[in-house]
Amino acid sequence: MERHHFEADLQALRNQLLTMGGLVEERVHRAVQALVHRREEDAARVIAGDAEINELQMAIDERCLRLLATQTPLASDLRLITSSMKINADLERIGDQAVNIAESALTLIPQPPLKPLIDIPRMAVLAEKMIRDALDAFVRKDAALARDVLRRDDEVDDLKDQVFRELLTYMMADPGTIQRALSVILISRNLERIGDHATNIAEDVIFIAEAKDVRHHAEDRSGR
Amino acid sequence: MAEQQSSTTPGDPGLRIHTELPTRPAEAAAPAGPPDIVCSSVNLAYGDNHVLHDISLEIATRRATAFIGPSGCGKSTLLRCFNRMNDLIDAVRIWGGIRVKGLDINAHTTDVIEVRRRIGMVFQKSNPFPKSIYENVVYGLRIAGVNDRATLDEAAERSLRGAALWDEVKDRLQESGLGLSGGQMQRLCIARAIAVEPEIILMDEPCSALDPIATLKIEELIYELKERYTIVIVTHNLQQAARVSDSTAFFWLGKLVEFASTADVFTAPREKLTEDYITGRFG
Repeated sequence: MERHHFEADLQALRNQLLTMGGLVEERVHRAVQALVHRREEDAARVIAGDAEINELQMAIDERCLRLLATQTPLASDLRLITSSMKINADLERIGDQAVNIAESALTLIPQPPLKPLIDIPRMAVLAEKMIRDALDAFVRKDAALARDVLRRDDEVDDLKDQVFRELLTYMMADPGTIQRALSVILISRNLERIGDHATNIAEDVIFIAEAKDVRHHAEDRSGR
Repeated sequence: MAEQQSSTTPGDPGLRIHTELPTRPAEAAAPAGPPDIVCSSVNLAYGDNHVLHDISLEIATRRATAFIGPSGCGKSTLLRCFNRMNDLIDAVRIWGGIRVKGLDINAHTTDVIEVRRRIGMVFQKSNPFPKSIYENVVYGLRIAGVNDRATLDEAAERSLRGAALWDEVKDRLQESGLGLSGGQMQRLCIARAIAVEPEIILMDEPCSALDPIATLKIEELIYELKERYTIVIVTHNLQQAARVSDSTAFFWLGKLVEFASTADVFTAPREKLTEDYITGRFG
């Protein structure tokens, strides 16, 4: 007995999540690049493109609900569909964070740069890689890769703290920098949150693959 | 009989009232003593056809245990071992141990009639006798020699209430049991089973011939019955097993593949075979 239609539906769900993941990863990249290269039109496109992500989010939720209602999924199918709904929400939030970054970029671009941007692009590279690997882990049900994503969250957090510390000294030395420094701090905070969302996705992948809930249990995260 | 009834009512209700978290009723109560049924390496063969292979499992007291698996996996055969219904089949050989409340039910000294009184059974197709509703319910008691009208009346009402049928039939107890709807007939059979105060109720596909509403009533009833009785239910309906049972055993080609809490079996089965079966990817 094979459930061809159900199987095709699940594959379509995975594909939609991958599409969504690709979109939000690209938005994060474009928003940070808009800031680095001072391109207002790119930042504006990130903001305008959020509607597309929102629509995809609703389509994915609708598919999940329909599958739950009509297919009564069990075991790994049940874990896949319920976790997909959570991954979907995390991806949409990453899209929102990309919009926040683009908005901060729009306020920063017209002003003279505070300092050369080094940590922000590094954070972006790390966060984008976390999203990509969390989704690769999702596609391959690869709990080991998902655990690797969990470990990398600390690097992003450390960079955010570094940005905070550094910009604090700028603000104390010259109150005229406060507005720009706060915008950069907000961006580092947005990127740190993106890392957290990627972490959530990685936790969901471990649940799908191993039926283990590793949230809120740092000691179990490394696996057996 | 009435005294025996109250003695089988599970523990101190006060314990449960103080359970603050909204757990499922199944999880609210602590296990009610040692397992009712203990199978150790049970094997069964019809002639050369070896049907059950080394089945070892324990059926928890006052819990609902579901047997699932594809047709021919042996789940109904094992169920019928518990009250020696397989005795009726020629050339059947059973070896290994089956103990019900410590009693070796296959021992020569064991009284089969007594085994079947203690272990009631409800079948796929409801089988009321061509008698009145009342006489259907008290049939087992009359066979056992009870003729006192008051005792029979009391047992009939208690059993029909226990089977959630009383309100629907109390004004027509003398009408034929065959005039009831399918779902009512099945509940009548449950009332007949519980009238003789069994300890265990075996159900073999009790809802497969019923519509969804009648099925729902039986499932609600199983929830109530397991407060007082140990239930073993064979079902092809996986959602039904998921809804009503506390533990689920999955059988495949006469072997017990997996036996665990129902929540675990349906969300995170350990065995690939179980996973493939319940997600519909067999073959």
